[in-house]
Amino acid sequence: MKELSKSHDFDWWLLAIVFALCSISLLQIYSATRNSPFAGMHWRQMTWIMVGLVVLLVVSRIDYHTILDQAPWLYLLALAALVAVLVFGQTRFGAKRWLPVLGAILQVSELVKLIIIIMLARFFGEVRSDRLSLPDLVKAAVLTGVPLFLILLQPDLGTALVLVPVAVVGAFLAGIQWKHAVALLLLAALMLPLGWHGLKPYQKERIETFLRPEEDPRGSGYQILQSKIAVGSGGFWGKGIGRGSQNQGGFVPVRYSDFIMAALAEELGFGGVLVTLLLFMALLLRLVQNAQRANDRAGMFLVMGVAAVLGFHLLVNVGMVIGYMPVTGIPLPLLSYGGSATLFVFLALGMVMNVRVRRFVN
Amino acid sequence: MSYWFESEHKLPQSRLAIVSYLIVGIVGFLLLGFWKLQVVDSDRYTQLAERNRIRTIPIIAPRGKMLDREGRVLVDNYPSFGVLLLRDNAEDLERYLPAIAEGLSIPLETLQREVDAAQSLPKFQPLMIKPEASPADIAFIESHRDDLPVLEMLMVHRRRYFPNGFMAHASGYVGEVSAQQVEASNGRLRPGDIVGKTGLERQYNDRLMGTDGMRRTIVNSVGREVGRLEQSDAIPGKPIDLTIDYDLQVVAEQALAGRKGSVVALDPRSGEILAMVSHPAPDPNDFAVSIPSEEWKRLNEDEDRPLLNRAAQAQLAPGSVFKIIMATAILESKAVPESLTIFCPGYGNFYGRQFRCHTFDKGGHGLVDFHKAVVQSCDVFFYEAGKRLGIDRISYYAYQLGLGRRTGIDLPSEEAGLVPSEEWKKRVFKQPWYPGETISVAIGQGATTTTPLQLALTIGGIANGGVFKQPHLLKTKQNVPEFRFPLAEHTVETVTRAMFGVVNEGGTAAASRLEGVEFCGKTGTSQLISNEGRKRIGGGRRFTENAWFVGYAPRRNPEIVVSVLVEHGEHGSTAAAPVARDVIRRYYEKKGQRGQQLTVDLKRSEVDPDSVLAQAKPAVKADSRQPVIPSAVGRAHPDR
Repeated sequence: MKELSKSHDFDWWLLAIVFALCSISLLQIYSATRNSPFAGMHWRQMTWIMVGLVVLLVVSRIDYHTILDQAPWLYLLALAALVAVLVFGQTRFGAKRWLPVLGAILQVSELVKLIIIIMLARFFGEVRSDRLSLPDLVKAAVLTGVPLFLILLQPDLGTALVLVPVAVVGAFLAGIQWKHAVALLLLAALMLPLGWHGLKPYQKERIETFLRPEEDPRGSGYQILQSKIAVGSGGFWGKGIGRGSQNQGGFVPVRYSDFIMAALAEELGFGGVLVTLLLFMALLLRLVQNAQRANDRAGMFLVMGVAAVLGFHLLVNVGMVIGYMPVTGIPLPLLSYGGSATLFVFLALGMVMNVRVRRFVN
Repeated sequence: MSYWFESEHKLPQSRLAIVSYLIVGIVGFLLLGFWKLQVVDSDRYTQLAERNRIRTIPIIAPRGKMLDREGRVLVDNYPSFGVLLLRDNAEDLERYLPAIAEGLSIPLETLQREVDAAQSLPKFQPLMIKPEASPADIAFIESHRDDLPVLEMLMVHRRRYFPNGFMAHASGYVGEVSAQQVEASNGRLRPGDIVGKTGLERQYNDRLMGTDGMRRTIVNSVGREVGRLEQSDAIPGKPIDLTIDYDLQVVAEQALAGRKGSVVALDPRSGEILAMVSHPAPDPNDFAVSIPSEEWKRLNEDEDRPLLNRAAQAQLAPGSVFKIIMATAILESKAVPESLTIFCPGYGNFYGRQFRCHTFDKGGHGLVDFHKAVVQSCDVFFYEAGKRLGIDRISYYAYQLGLGRRTGIDLPSEEAGLVPSEEWKKRVFKQPWYPGETISVAIGQGATTTTPLQLALTIGGIANGGVFKQPHLLKTKQNVPEFRFPLAEHTVETVTRAMFGVVNEGGTAAASRLEGVEFCGKTGTSQLISNEGRKRIGGGRRFTENAWFVGYAPRRNPEIVVSVLVEHGEHGSTAAAPVARDVIRRYYEKKGQRGQQLTVDLKRSEVDPDSVLAQAKPAVKADSRQPVIPSAVGRAHPDR
């Protein structure tokens, strides 16, 4: 195999889009926190981005086949880590999601997301048919279902749900049969009432307020309402950086992280939102393009797994900000403040780069 | 593993295209949502945002207390309510003003003026319209919560000092922070903050001042509270422990009895200030709320300068107290024989001019030797000694003994006094030194000036053999800075014996003798104007001499030095010495009480004294914890 990692093989366009989104993120984090006890947070985020960039470059150098080779081990490691979190994890914000690693506290489920992408890419890559057989579908479902169940126990509904689109997109691309798809949907519909009883009270409350926000304007519906007020009052042109009363006044909840899009919409208006969402669209379409050109099936599934996760994050997070989705605590990739989440995105994009660099092999 | 080698299998390109459409669909769906909120319904949400207001009301942190050396409260706080006018909504405000003016009995014009003056301040910053609300005001605000939502009460902690200016210069006072201070504080201070303006309040402001908290509430468009956000609690300031002994302070204040002047008592072994009085004094309680500008103007222009802390800032000629420095210089330099004896006819002629002794009218001291010269304060002896020493030697010793430079006390504005020298005159006046000036300096006149604090340090240091501990008001466990000018044992013995004579051998302070105490000292009477000048103007109280006395006890290694200045007191012996005597007597009374306590315990237990000492301490402590009732002086805190 010839090593072909010259600079023109590197996806500069993708990197440019990522940089543009990171710049918007830093600007909004600065604006949201400058008058709060968290002032200076944008510097920390910038550090995370720098670290992420290094991670991206390193990962793009490692042949993804090497990573895929290790998929079973990584998968077992992920399961072990999830069990460890449940047993030893630190409880923060009412859920056990954090494991102290090397002095830092890392959110294990971020890493698990990545490993599931790798595992499913390998699994679907090995399917030799254009149509997904029932045994293979069941295998894929089990591979996804076990870690999903463990994450649900934390409890972290948001991250657990992120695993679903990886499997769904994978199954779709692998050629799921119509009858199987319909059967799965029916099964899900039947499971829904059962799942409802398994939810924690606060999760039920969030979903209830999502369905009827006006009934509880001071409770959880308050967050969605304030977010919508921020977005709506921003108008077409926005109120200007650092001048959004909803953002600066602290009405927008976690305005530097989960609700960063609301703060952005208020201060930069529909124009800013348009630019940001088009950048996200360009990012996702670029990923699909890279998948199309991938050299083998596994590479394609790898890239599409990343695209599925990012797309799902975008839909759920931005949908939440405008009241189309319930509050789940899923951050917006590249925009929300957060170390683990930022590292995940750069790691994932590193693998995408890797697939691209190797596309003309043989 | 070989799953990637057989990549001839066709990749599902059409399915990837479907995913692309899905992505475009999702982004389109989200954009549609934003369009609906930001363009279609924008007006509705803008109104809702308008209705969201946050009101920030400060929670004032109390300042730290000041405690005396035995833990008695000297300065503390009392709670009070101020009335805040919330200015979030300017149009409404104007409408409410007449009702507010009437309800709080503030003239409408005054209120309007204040509101107008605050136009440039940020809208969310409330305006303090009545710093001290009466019960009637509070009732008014409470009963009109609904129709006058722009009024809010703020709990503040007002500083409470002893009334009538007790210890006022040492404690200092607080006031609203100035614009320059805000500027210089790097954002730590905000307009409207109360900070120490003078004295210890200013010196230790960082320690005394707490950090204000903040209560953030959500209010609707008419200013009614609809919810609460976070609240940050106030962090109270830390108390400071002073070296002041309340009992001695009371005696010193009382002994000065309203005369203009100052008393400083300190322990020369440690530099701890035991009492510090300066009269006249302003009542710092008057500043605690806010001082009317007329009152401020009056205080500043008052001829008696009540704002001056005479203890550390009055720079006056020390008069004959300076003779102790001269006496030390004579013995240390050996430039003048100790055996010098002169005849004092009541005057002396130097450089073609007659210099008088204070005994001029009585025909002089007659034959005077070193000891008698100090005890009787003979001017002619020191004229002669000064002539022989020369100005440079005098200024050298004066400086080495602590004059002409700041003592370094922990107060914000101390003066250095002045020790004249040839070099100084050349530098400042561009003139040569005239020998006749040396004669004046020799008896502490001329250009020589000292503060009462300096004299206490200098005399205490000499009696201690040349160790000068930096005076301080804050109790400290660390080593106190000091400077040393080691004196020969003979010098210390001779000079202190002479100072003992001043009080106990029919000297100038004989009337202030204390039975059973080695009370020593030196009087001083300093002229403010030459004798000829006095005649020309015709006297008057303004030019009456200043009276000085610096006393200490015991004779060697003193425990307490008291420096007294009575401006226009005329004679150190009659005006100043009794003040020092009263303070030192009280000091020994307290010491005696402690001693008695000890002896009683000794008799009762009959064990070795060391352990008794240890046992006795709590008894003393308990005694000192008695409530502060300075009723004897009429300077108690009023019951509020």
